[in-house]
Parts: sequence; structure tokens; C-alpha cells
Amino acid sequence: MTTVETATGPAKTMVLNMGPQHPSTHGVLRVALELDGETVVKADPDLGYLHTGIEKSCQDKTYAQAITLTDRMDYLNPLGNNLVYCLAVEKLLGLEVPKRAQYIRVLMVELQRISSHLVWLGTHAIDMGAMSVFLYCFREREEILKVFERFAGQRMMTSYIRIGGVAVEPPAGWREMVGKLLKMLPGRVDEYEALLTENRIWQARLKGVGKINLEDAIAYSMSGPTLRAAGLAYDNRKVFPYSSYEEFDFNVPTRTDSDCYGRYLLRVAEIRESLKIVKQAMDKITDSGDIKTEAPGIVPPQREKMKTEMEALIYHFKIFTEGFSPPPGDAYVAIESPRGELGCYIVSDGSPKPLRCHFRSPSYVNLQALPKLIEGQLIADVIACIGTIDIVLGDVDR
Amino acid sequence: MADSGEQNATSVIVEKLRGWNAQAVSEVIEFHGETTVLVPRELLRETAEYCRSQLEFNFLSDATSVDRFPIEPRFELNYHLVSIPKRLKIRLRTRVSGSDPTVDSMVPVWPGAGWLEREIFDLMGIRFEGHPDLRRILLPADWEGHPLRRDYPTEGFRDVPSTYIPAFKKQ
Repeated sequence: MTTVETATGPAKTMVLNMGPQHPSTHGVLRVALELDGETVVKADPDLGYLHTGIEKSCQDKTYAQAITLTDRMDYLNPLGNNLVYCLAVEKLLGLEVPKRAQYIRVLMVELQRISSHLVWLGTHAIDMGAMSVFLYCFREREEILKVFERFAGQRMMTSYIRIGGVAVEPPAGWREMVGKLLKMLPGRVDEYEALLTENRIWQARLKGVGKINLEDAIAYSMSGPTLRAAGLAYDNRKVFPYSSYEEFDFNVPTRTDSDCYGRYLLRVAEIRESLKIVKQAMDKITDSGDIKTEAPGIVPPQREKMKTEMEALIYHFKIFTEGFSPPPGDAYVAIESPRGELGCYIVSDGSPKPLRCHFRSPSYVNLQALPKLIEGQLIADVIACIGTIDIVLGDVDR
Repeated sequence: MADSGEQNATSVIVEKLRGWNAQAVSEVIEFHGETTVLVPRELLRETAEYCRSQLEFNFLSDATSVDRFPIEPRFELNYHLVSIPKRLKIRLRTRVSGSDPTVDSMVPVWPGAGWLEREIFDLMGIRFEGHPDLRRILLPADWEGHPLRRDYPTEGFRDVPSTYIPAFKKQ
């Protein structure tokens, strides 16, 4: 347990525990607030309530087994977690992924970004007292999860992106399904904006709240929408492209107001940009082609081959019993998750299990700046600030 | 994979580091297009300060540690730096022995290192000199040991709670 040291003496200020059961902390985050009346003097976030030791567990599993653990970190972005882990392992192995599989990955990750932003918008709106937006956002998110279910067989813990490609061929009729989403979503996003953007209560709660200037945001290693709302167009998809993002045409929205309202508008703009990417990815994915690369001993062979070729059967057996051993070395890969820079650092010592597997989670690093955002503000603004940093506690604690 | 232009740009960075202080670069490792500069432990903060102020590495993307037990020096510390203006990445690495796992903190250089170093301290047990707030962050304050070390079992040290076993036998 941590305690806030009282700077000005106990007679004047009081310490209030916010969380870990407070609904607006989006999970189990506890913030010890030192208050002077309703003004926050000092804030001390206390984490670890959801620490599950995923990094340690990854070191005890083979490279292919650890994918299922990555789903469970940031539970609003499981496909992004799969992707960053697979990219890091592929970099270690020097594996090239077929273009078609890369486009399928982009399609899935961008749908995931939309669904994550929808959850953010809904939960943030409910924090601010707008109940109906929450219901609308979750209605649309459900449609996206149905697409994931058709693709991967799972709504949330998909494990769809695998080392060397993706798990299975896209299902029959996926184009109609995603096409329907693309038709429906822009209008729905307009509806949310009609409910919120000009809403006087919404503006009063968010405008000018939780400001951070660009120098501080960079110094505190903030990334994602929080950094872009401070005025810097830093997006890993553009700056250090991965998975063929350089072939897609999209903008990186930025704002300069750097308050909670700016972050809201930025995320809504990002939903629209992601829709553009989904549309392009749909056109790029051909109806036939490879979904995973040919790498004997690393990528499981096709079913048909296992029935006719003995080598394929041996490789299949070896992959699922002892795994494969990348050459000794290390690799760091960073992607742009809905929350910011999601990194994966893997060290191999030449054995079938990683020597070290570290995840740089955007929620964890962004949350570090929370005291800077809320000190000197009112207690009601704390909720707005936690909301617009967009933390997922599974991602913070891992 | 980084293209050759990016490789040249990072080698220029390494040359600049060498020109500033030849002792600061004890080894350069190139692997899959990533450049790792091995820095002696004593010079780590000065090198980082030079990278930030002179070479425009203004963004600390990640800090992490590796335990290579039983090899000595067993710990490796990695700081992943990004230069946003130059669009470059570089990794600073230092090796730390198990008998004296202390390093100068990077918080004076990048305030964002604060929680990343607290996480390393918590899970790996490396101490950071000059860190303003070096407490455990993910585990409870009274936790014993550092779970990410290689000599810490994945299942933990604790046995089945003794209170549970007799009650189970009675049935």
C-alpha cells in the first residue's frame, strides 16, 4: 500500500482513495488523491491489482504457445497484441510474410482500432453522464466483434494472427460482412458527434481540462492519441511502417489544444481514418493466395500436405512438441495500438523458449503522466483525465 | 528490415558518439537492422544525456532488462531511444553484475523513465541511483524476491497453503 505524504500538513488537506473499485477507473486502478477542498494537490496512482505475470509466463512457453497469452494483456486490442508479438518473432527469425496475409492483418487490426475507440467513447461518455452514447457505441462494437467471431471463432481472445501469417483463411461472405460495417459506421459516427461534439455539458466537462504541453508529453514518453492531440504527428504506422502500412493512404490527425476535448475529437477522426484503411485493405486482399509463409519447422504445414508428405507430418509434430529455436539475438518491434506505441522486445538464446519477452504497453507509460495532468485540477476532472488517457488495466499491469 | 540509408544514418550516430567519448562505445551490435551500442555502466547517464541533447534522441520509447543467469555479468539493461526529428532508433545497453546491480537512473534525462525503471526494480531487482521515487510498482510493497529473475521459479516459491491441506484430508 502506498500513502500520499502530506505536503502542507494534515489540518488543511485530506487524502481520498479513488478506486480500485471506482467505475470510472476502467478496471482496478487506485489513485490516492490529496485534496485541498475539491482541488487535487497531489496524486499517486497505485497499480498492480491485475498483475498476472504474463512476461514471466511467456518465458516458460514455446514461441507459438505464448501467442494466446498476448490476447489477455490489452483485452480491447488482442489482435494488436498478437501482431506485435508475431512481428517480433518474425524479425528474430528473419521471416517474410506473404502480402495477402499482411493485408488481412491490417484489416483486422484496423477493425480492432475502431472497436477499441468505440469502447473508449462509450465508457468515457458514461463517465461524463451521457448514458445513451454508451449503448449506441456498444451496439456498433458488437457488430465488429461478430466479424472477429466469423474470422477467428472468438469474439475477443482471437489469437488470429500467428507467426508467419494468420491462422485461417477468411470465412465465406466476409466481404459482405465488412462491407455492411463500412456502410453503417460513418453514419453512426456522425450520430455520436451530433450527440456530443456541440453538447454544452460535454464541452463544459472536457474543454481546457487535462492540458499537457508538447515538450512534457515527449519527455514523459507519451504516445498515441494523447501525444498527437498535443500537436505532434507521431504515428508508428507512418514513421516506422510495418505490415505494409506504407502502401495505404491515410492521414494522421493531429490537434493542438491538447485537452480532453481535443483528444475526443482526435479519436473520432481516427475512427474515420481507420475506416478508410479498412476499405483499402478490402480491395487489396485477393480472393485466393497464401495466408501464411512456407517455413518448414516454424509455420505449421497445410492439412493436405500432412496427409500426403511425411516431412510435413514430422514438422507438424516437432512444432507442437518441442517448438522451434530462433537464432540467438534480440528484436524490438513497435506498432501503433489504439492507445499508443505498443512494443515487444524478445531475446532468444537459441532455445525453443524466449529468454526474455517484454511488452512496452502504451497504457502503462501514458498513465505515468496522470499526476501531471490532474494536479491543480478539480476532483471531477480526474475522471475526465483518466478517461481520455484511455487506459486498459490489463495492459497496464500485464 | 531497415534499408541501407537508415543503416548509414545510425553508423553516423555511432561515429559521433565515438568522437565525443571513445570510451562510451565499448561495442556496437548490428542485428536485423537494429543498432545496439554497448555502454560501460559508469558512462551510461552521460551518454544518454549526450544522445538527448546533441543527437536529438528526444523520445525514450522503452526501458527493459534481461537476466542471463548464470552468466556473469548477468543483467542487461536496454534503453530504446527514438529520435523523432531524425526518424531513427537506437538501443543503449549496459551490463550489470548480479553482486552489485545498481545503475544511474535516467529520470534526470527523460522523466518518462520513472515508471519503466520502477518496473525493472520491482521485477528484476536492479537499483537505480538518483531515481526520485524507487518503490515497487506492480507487486505489493512487502513482496519478497524479484519474479522476472531466471532463478525465480515461474510457479513462485510458495507452497500450497498449509491451512488448506488438513481440511482437505478430513473429508
